[in-house]
Amino acid sequence: MCLAAPAQVISISDNTAVVDYNGVRTAARLDTLTEPVAVGDYVLVHTGFAIRRLSPADGEETLRLFDELAQSLLDSEDSPAPELPNPATPVDETERGS
Amino acid sequence: MPRPFHFADPKRGKALSDAIALLAPPDPLKIVHVCGTHEMAITQNGLRRFLPDTVDVLEGPGCPVCVTPTADIDTAIGMARAGAVVCTFGDMLRVPGSHLSLDGARSEGAHVHTVLSAADAVNVARTTDRPVVFFAVGFETTAPMTAAVLLDSPPDNLYVLASHKTIPQAMVALLELPGSRIGGYLAPGHVSTIIGLPPYETALADRGVPTVVGGFEPLDILYAVALLLRQRRDGVAKVENAYPRAVDPNGSPVARALIEQVFESADASWRGIGVIPGSGLRLRRTFQRFDARKRFPVEIDEPVDAVPGCRCPDVLTARAVPSDCPLFATRCTPLSPVGPCMVGSEGACHIWFRYGGERSL
Amino acid sequence: MRSTDNRITMMHGAGGELMGELLDRLIVPRFSERAGVDGPSAVGLAALDDGATVSIPPGETVVVTTDSHVVKPVFFPGGDIGRLAAAGTINDLVMMGARPLRLTLAAIIEEGFAIADLEKILDSFADALHASGAAVVCGDTKVMPAGELDGIALNTTGIGSTALIIGDANLQAGDQVIVTGTIGDHGMALLAAREEFHLTTPLRSDVAPLWPLLAPVIERHAAQIHGMKDPTRGGLAAALNEMARKSGTCISIEDGAIPMRSEVVALSDLLGISPLTVANEGKAILVVAEEVAEDIVQMLISHVLGVDARRIGRITDEYPGRVLLETEVGGRRFLDMPLGDPVPRIC
Repeated sequence: MCLAAPAQVISISDNTAVVDYNGVRTAARLDTLTEPVAVGDYVLVHTGFAIRRLSPADGEETLRLFDELAQSLLDSEDSPAPELPNPATPVDETERGS
Repeated sequence: MPRPFHFADPKRGKALSDAIALLAPPDPLKIVHVCGTHEMAITQNGLRRFLPDTVDVLEGPGCPVCVTPTADIDTAIGMARAGAVVCTFGDMLRVPGSHLSLDGARSEGAHVHTVLSAADAVNVARTTDRPVVFFAVGFETTAPMTAAVLLDSPPDNLYVLASHKTIPQAMVALLELPGSRIGGYLAPGHVSTIIGLPPYETALADRGVPTVVGGFEPLDILYAVALLLRQRRDGVAKVENAYPRAVDPNGSPVARALIEQVFESADASWRGIGVIPGSGLRLRRTFQRFDARKRFPVEIDEPVDAVPGCRCPDVLTARAVPSDCPLFATRCTPLSPVGPCMVGSEGACHIWFRYGGERSL
Repeated sequence: MRSTDNRITMMHGAGGELMGELLDRLIVPRFSERAGVDGPSAVGLAALDDGATVSIPPGETVVVTTDSHVVKPVFFPGGDIGRLAAAGTINDLVMMGARPLRLTLAAIIEEGFAIADLEKILDSFADALHASGAAVVCGDTKVMPAGELDGIALNTTGIGSTALIIGDANLQAGDQVIVTGTIGDHGMALLAAREEFHLTTPLRSDVAPLWPLLAPVIERHAAQIHGMKDPTRGGLAAALNEMARKSGTCISIEDGAIPMRSEVVALSDLLGISPLTVANEGKAILVVAEEVAEDIVQMLISHVLGVDARRIGRITDEYPGRVLLETEVGGRRFLDMPLGDPVPRIC
């Protein structure tokens, strides 16, 4: 029971925020968060409640972790370095949607 | 439009896949996860193609509605027949109890309502004079919401049929079943957002089972599998966090405090498995006034869990995959389900049926 | 109207004067054919005869199709039952390669239905028709007592003609699969509009008649279009599976190539429903010979209804009768016939 999608905070009123999932908006309760959020932050929402604040830096860090692991495992087996994309490229290279 | 937390680019997929191939164990290794959302991600993205021949990833009891005991379903039906408005999550509606499902009871005239969240149940309670029972099903990701609602001045006519369960105890129980041979655990990402790492460390201490907390994007899962295989290669068995953007080692203190304020640990029965000690959440004494069981003491017959020929118990305990069950996709489909694994939207059988699940393509 | 409360009554369906007024005021003016479309002996709508005539160009084959429409809600984001009925029937003709000529329109209306709503629906129907050069040539009206019908139901029969029939299953290995635009819009827009989800989105139904978009493509390339189908109920998954089964070929699709609006992707995550299994009402799938694929895509993207057209896959012989999905990250799975009951996953 883990379905939770990341959304951006559009506005906040008391313990409820309006959040936006790339063009779809809904309300999310904030009582279950550990830290305060601000408009513009991203949150993970589960059954109408925000459970975690996310920042785009988290996204970049995630890619770095993937690349580091792949590199270290492939290197340590003495295989030629894999063709990894430049970690500085935009977060989502395979964008879809308008 | 950007999707800043979507991780599916094929180049990284290939790099992680190559790394996984290098880490392929010589002998068969079974990795088990306990989250329907993980199974959805694996199946929808066709990730089993990336696994070496010796590695299998199976869903265990990761479907809350699938593991809700028939006794609880029978009880909820009894409450509805006794005049309560029972509010339940959508896919709980059609899970068969001993004789019928909540949906069946509804078509006989019982008041059963689908809700998207505990907060929705409050809205229902505000629009009626009848007693409203929220059938609180779900793991640790969902329990804080039930707690939050009970702490937020709920209406007098709201009651809770507490059926929440906790995952780490089930992970231990699975290890002790005959034939389980679990070589690694992919732990559920959003449950872990709430509970952090210590419950796994405590529950699985000295069990020698590598455990990695994983996210749900395709690359998150490949990354987690690679970490698991690396632990196996290095002869190590610890709890690793592969989802740090969403999981702090100590979880969410606020969410955990909500749970702890309202609930306490209790033994709980899991459909297809039996009683797992300390794996359930029951309302604390101070919240007894919300206990639906006290408000509606319903007598039920001896519950009937199993259906002849149905292999849900094996699927739920990761000792079989859906296609191992002779009823899968023949007599048992989402439109005419036999067992709970085909009804629950997080059941392995339901997911394999809808999204073309196979061992590998 | 003699009726003072602007709602349909049982008298409107009774064939008498009130019904005559309804036809004269609402139906005939909207749908009378443009002069000169048919020959001097033609009998059209305005004649309100027992039947109407349809002239078919010599050497062409008649194509006929029929559909009933009971969509709820009747008015939805991006359209209504009128537009849906017209576009749906026109598109069925177009999928056969036929030029839409004439439609019939039968309405069964619940007593108490607001006449203003009926007028809106008829306007939508007329707009969609005129964009395709087709005309309503006859129809019928019935009224059911209040409570015996939910609002309104429409039936449309379409008549078209073509020199060359395009089927849906003459697929050959090597053919390319093209979609004319974004997938999942209609089904997801209607799901998102359901009150119980408390969602707001600008996403709208894509309901549209496709004759203006596809006429030039059919004219130039009919013989190389080996299969054409509009992915309505059951979505892209159902349509592709039907084509694969009938032709005994394997349809291999690249998930990452399927054009999709960001709102549709977001709704898919939120509701746990695949956009590949929900209805599209203004899109088509074309399976075409490889050598003409690029030209067809270029023709499509130069039209407002086809700006997002893309190649999304090809025909192989790897798993005959099945549809294969190459996933974005590089995985693979079968895309099977959906059950037809998109049920949102709640949590």
